[in-house]
Amino acid sequence: MNIHEYQAKELLKTYGVPISKGIIIFSKDEAEQAARQIGGPIWVVKSQIHAGGRGKGRFKGLGENAKGGVRLARSIEEVKADVEEMLGNILVTKQTGPEGKQVNRIYIEEGADIKRELYLSILVDRESGRVAFVASTEGGMDIEAVAEESPEKIHTITINPTTGVTEKDVEKLIAALKLEGAAVQDGKFLFPTLYKAFVEKDMSLLEINPLIIMQNGHLRVLDAKISFDNNALFRHPDIMELRDLSEENEKEIEASKYDLAYIALDGTIGCMVNGAGLAMATMDIIKLYGEEPANFLDVGGGASVEKVTAAFKIITADPQVKGILVNIFGGIMRCDIIAEGVLEAVKEVGLKVPLVIRLEGTRVKEGKKLIDESDLDVISAADLDDAAQKIVAAVRGQ
Amino acid sequence: MSILVNKNTKVLVQGLTGKTGTFHTEQALAYYNTKMVGGTHPKKGGQKWTSSLDGTKLPIFATVAEGKEATGANASVIYVPPAGAAAAIIEAIEAEIELIVCITEGVPVLDMVNVKERLRHSNSRLIGPNCPGVLTPEECKIGIMPGNIFSKGSVGIVSRSGTLTYEAVFQTTNEGLGQTTAVGIGGDPVKGSEFIDILELFLADEKTKSIVMIGEIGGSAEEDAAQFIKDEAKRGRSKPMAGFIAGLTAPPGRTMGHAGAVISGGKGGAMDKIEAMQSAGIMVARSPAQIGKTLVKALKG
Repeated sequence: MNIHEYQAKELLKTYGVPISKGIIIFSKDEAEQAARQIGGPIWVVKSQIHAGGRGKGRFKGLGENAKGGVRLARSIEEVKADVEEMLGNILVTKQTGPEGKQVNRIYIEEGADIKRELYLSILVDRESGRVAFVASTEGGMDIEAVAEESPEKIHTITINPTTGVTEKDVEKLIAALKLEGAAVQDGKFLFPTLYKAFVEKDMSLLEINPLIIMQNGHLRVLDAKISFDNNALFRHPDIMELRDLSEENEKEIEASKYDLAYIALDGTIGCMVNGAGLAMATMDIIKLYGEEPANFLDVGGGASVEKVTAAFKIITADPQVKGILVNIFGGIMRCDIIAEGVLEAVKEVGLKVPLVIRLEGTRVKEGKKLIDESDLDVISAADLDDAAQKIVAAVRGQ
Repeated sequence: MSILVNKNTKVLVQGLTGKTGTFHTEQALAYYNTKMVGGTHPKKGGQKWTSSLDGTKLPIFATVAEGKEATGANASVIYVPPAGAAAAIIEAIEAEIELIVCITEGVPVLDMVNVKERLRHSNSRLIGPNCPGVLTPEECKIGIMPGNIFSKGSVGIVSRSGTLTYEAVFQTTNEGLGQTTAVGIGGDPVKGSEFIDILELFLADEKTKSIVMIGEIGGSAEEDAAQFIKDEAKRGRSKPMAGFIAGLTAPPGRTMGHAGAVISGGKGGAMDKIEAMQSAGIMVARSPAQIGKTLVKALKG
């Protein structure tokens, strides 16, 4: 789960992490008061959307020469004018895709005197199976580009979970970021504190880009991006409250209510599959035969009839879907439950597009029998290849 | 021969009394009498569990250590819910269970970071979490794989995905090859065993004549495995291999069901993995329906 920059900063502030003074606003008439409260003389007006590249992003309808999603304002009038242009508009960045994202929240922040911009993130390093800091002196830019062009400028420091951040780890980070004077003292507090926040709140990514050294020599977190481990949200009700549903796809929200792993895609063939690997492979084979999947959907192991019914309804509700492929290889998942769920859903919402079903594994006979004995107009498939070819032919009207 | 489990493996079930644990323990007992020797539950020690299929009774112990002491169990399978899964694994490590298989999906990743640290200083091997388990045909079934698709044979199967493991098993059965052992290592980013750990066992196992390896997007475990296979071949150890990588059409930045299946920071894409595997001499099927046939091709050289 992702949260907004301002939420990430508010969370880090509770740990004593140095951040700039800022106020979140949801409407245009809040802009002036927020700007006055912060004081100036320079303000930063920042669009809050769950996507990176905001600074270089462009608003739809404002023309190529208009300013981006993060703006510097030198007067309260300028703050107001920026908010006027940004709030409610669609911001298109490298990460949003061409459709962009509507800006519903704006964070107004005091400007900072930047001496140097650094990069710092914490993540779970898969290779070592440990939490790791990634540090670079090349802050404020796309870290993937830095990794590509000058990998020697990126330092990874893994943390032993038994000891946490040691003095030696701190020294390595100070060296990696080339900190001096006041920033060294700040780092000694900041690094272990960020690690503490990461572990306590079950984050999966904490990215500070940039971490800045100000003219006075001190460190400050200028931007913050936090993602949380979805598997650990059950023990963080406070974090769950930060979820912004307007940032998520409606179908994906509906699916998450039933604990279904669903991702909306652009194609025409709706898929219902058990298991993430097989669900991906099903998307791949549809593409291999020349069509595009409309979604990724893993009903998971041990799904109930209700869950399968809900999944099927989500797929049929998508107007893009011209055909549906149900592909089940039962292990935990029983084929008869899938069959019951599909029949139940069709009874409730009808079926207007071709349906291909491929069942294999646990209780396959019982599942096939249920389908065969129903009056459902379904195309049975012998195996995965057969299923993919049949659904592709069906959506092409062959 | 086989790897990890055989007819002498004695299995304790952590989380036996729940619905999932019960269903799959019944299935395991029904699969060539897999030696399920008991279960654990902190509050139900001393009670009995009864199979609804044939009335088989198993003792329930309060702790894994007690269960091991009483039954001589050398393996455990974990069906406890995500919040308690890491503690269950650590309990099994402390009881020095040789093979721990964690089926549970949804274990917080930082819990696994702690588990991984405990494993480093232990005598236990962990498979999973978020995996379908381990099965040696006609001998032992630990976990949730459907037994009826297996046949005894010569193919070693290792996979990050549960249901794709079944595809590989089913297809190698249909090709008349059969399996020595199938191992699902699980779809989480931090897990007990990686491809390399299992490939090492398959290379060393005499009965395993060929290997199927099934990966997916995210991380670099497939690239690491390909490098391992290359290095071993230079040392004169190699077996015909086929593979498949799921997620060629997955959009970057989205977690595809498995917590570990995500292309991030330009890394973990399917094409890189396919190329790495091919450069190690592994024949990679483009269609998940062609895994068995691709292995047959690899066997013909």
